[in-house]
Amino acid sequence: MTDQPLLSVRNISRHYGAHIGCEDVSFDLYPGEVMGIVGESGSGKSTLLNCMAGHLTPDRGQVVFDTRADGPRDTVTMSEPERRMLSRTDWAFVHQHARDGLRMGVSAGGNVGERLMAVGARNYGDIRTKATDWLGRVEIDATRIDDRPSTFSGGMQQRLQIARNLVTGPRLVFMDEPTGGLDVSVQARLLDLLRGLVRDMGLSAVIVTHDLAVVRLLADRLMVMKSGRVVEQGLTDQVLDDPQHGYTQLLVSSVLQV
Amino acid sequence: MTEQAYNFAYLDEQTKRMIRRAILKGLAIPGYQVPFASREMPMPYGWGTGGVQVSAAVLCPEDRMKVIDQGADDTTNAVSIRSFFERTAGVETTTSTAEASVIQTRHRVPEMALSEGQILVYQVPIPEPLRFLEPRESETRKMHSLEEYGLMHVKLYEDIARHGHIATAYAYPVKVEGRYVMDPSPIPKFDNPKLSDCAAIQLFGAGREQRIYALPPYTSVVSLDFEDHPFEASKPDHPCGLCGAEDSYLDEVIMDDAGGRMFVCSDTDFCEARRLAGHKGKDAA
Amino acid sequence: MIELQDVSKVFTLHNQGSAVIEVLSGVSLSVKPGECVALTGSSGSGKSTLMRMIYGNYMAQSGEIRIGGTDLVKAEPREVIRIRRETLGYVSQFLRVVPRVATLDVVAEPLRAVGVDAETAQARARALLTQLNIPQTLWSLSPTTFSGGEQQRVNIARGFAHPYPAMLLDEPTASLDAQNRQVVLTLIEEAKARGAAIIGIFHDEAARDRVCDREIDVTGYAPRRAA
Repeated sequence: MTDQPLLSVRNISRHYGAHIGCEDVSFDLYPGEVMGIVGESGSGKSTLLNCMAGHLTPDRGQVVFDTRADGPRDTVTMSEPERRMLSRTDWAFVHQHARDGLRMGVSAGGNVGERLMAVGARNYGDIRTKATDWLGRVEIDATRIDDRPSTFSGGMQQRLQIARNLVTGPRLVFMDEPTGGLDVSVQARLLDLLRGLVRDMGLSAVIVTHDLAVVRLLADRLMVMKSGRVVEQGLTDQVLDDPQHGYTQLLVSSVLQV
Repeated sequence: MTEQAYNFAYLDEQTKRMIRRAILKGLAIPGYQVPFASREMPMPYGWGTGGVQVSAAVLCPEDRMKVIDQGADDTTNAVSIRSFFERTAGVETTTSTAEASVIQTRHRVPEMALSEGQILVYQVPIPEPLRFLEPRESETRKMHSLEEYGLMHVKLYEDIARHGHIATAYAYPVKVEGRYVMDPSPIPKFDNPKLSDCAAIQLFGAGREQRIYALPPYTSVVSLDFEDHPFEASKPDHPCGLCGAEDSYLDEVIMDDAGGRMFVCSDTDFCEARRLAGHKGKDAA
Repeated sequence: MIELQDVSKVFTLHNQGSAVIEVLSGVSLSVKPGECVALTGSSGSGKSTLMRMIYGNYMAQSGEIRIGGTDLVKAEPREVIRIRRETLGYVSQFLRVVPRVATLDVVAEPLRAVGVDAETAQARARALLTQLNIPQTLWSLSPTTFSGGEQQRVNIARGFAHPYPAMLLDEPTASLDAQNRQVVLTLIEEAKARGAAIIGIFHDEAARDRVCDREIDVTGYAPRRAA
């Protein structure tokens, strides 16, 4: 078992004036691990995710990523070009709203191909073959390759966003409510797809959601946040089935059973 | 016969110095868009205010100026800009590419190879080649500074996906000295190869967008493409109807209501010189 | 293979006046490879709780739970997951799967997770489904729509797909007809024969007598209520 974490978050804090975004969060994420972060709206889970992904600068703390070239590096203090390079090669970010993560005026194929071209792909045929392959993997019909995402359904847009993110074979995926706003049947299909991709590609992932069913199916580990702080973390099914903290017990017992 | 109410070449000396500084910076960083404080000119935006300001800043009394619009010396735009400088700078003007020391152009590069000592000034409507896909200026500047040019190829990809080939026919993006991606202004892509390794100084002025950029002599300029869809400097597949030239960029001219048409050189000076030398096309009178 | 040392379990219900419920204390037991042990005791005595603790699903308040040498009580989540993937199988009474996934893939999944190629894994899954009399017409459908008995058999097929060295069986023969019950007991005997250490809960006494080597009465671990 590898003992080198892929991502090591150390004492991350981010305040908005006097208001706490997230406070003193630390954890290690190992290769192939999927971690869920749950909590209600305003619990700081999105702030934390954005601090990790480099969209927000934390007030304090480190986000150490095990880079391919130079081993562990703190991405908070690394130069912007390096961080941007990381975010289009080894990292991926799946937004809750597909239109935040897609170029709506560019064809599906162009959306998937962009990251390839960004890292130097210059053969149209190869790019197209890869894009077609990825559309297939996210269950989008190859005949839609030249259509714009604005003509796609919500579920298809979300799958396209995933294809666009995974085409360069990242090692770490950040997901912000990836199934939010989708119909239940569409959610199930997306979850199944994500599970398969995570296993087949050996991806590590951090998934922020308020949907406990999503983390039960996708996450190995779970972190529960309240008012910017982590109140409990551990194995997903253990946290959900035998919660130790009062807040987690409340959260789990509040879910409607189907 | 400079009109005394105006300073030489219309602009005041402070403004010209400011523009020259921008030009020098542009020459020092080939392909980089230098912001400058564009002035109101006595002509509407889109008529070449950027090019006129750059020309005004580089003109000397002993210069001989040529102005072309789509290759022609005799269109409204070319005529009015030429007379503007005749009146405000009192410089000599010419239609001969070889004799001109400063050439202001819209949408073309002269057919004849330029020589050292000449300056070619381009009028630019939209200087930002990444604008097509990225509307945020803050983001495009960051992309330039970090050399993140993948998006440029997305534009070409979309072309091929939609048309089967790169359909961008003008303002075809180029990479300068392996660094900055640059919009060559709306010249036909046929002219792109002329930008590279050119003996003359090439200056680009965008008045409304307030940007100046430049190519010093003998700069390498490469048109972007895909390995399996290489750049092609295409033009209509005809000889010139008047002078018979096979290697010049052509305009299509509709002759009558019955669909009659002819192809003629867009570079009027080039065509005239050939006809004077005795070349004759099939439609020549 | 499976070793428990002085394990205890307390539930604290923070939202119900911080009620503290002691369920088990001082549990020590050991199961060797090839041995099958039945947990007995009346309903509510903590059999299922103990089983869940051994799987790492419930947290132990004290003691050690060693599976092949690793203490699950102190292990990192990723170690627990690795043990569950490679070493410790669990056949629960309820099937919990992602909707929409075909039955064949559900059964093949534990093998895929340990790196077995798709073809071999599916061949094994087909063999098990055939053995457990799941009609072939259902294999490509999601088991979420199956009857209770069918779901139970899919769950068993899934649990026996990978040859885990340690297995936990929660009522594996409940809601099965005589023929399928027979198949499941054979599977358990085969697992024992290849050296698996098994802990099971069987209400079916005949089944228990047939496959289990000894019994442990969980009632004996109930904390003294007076405390």
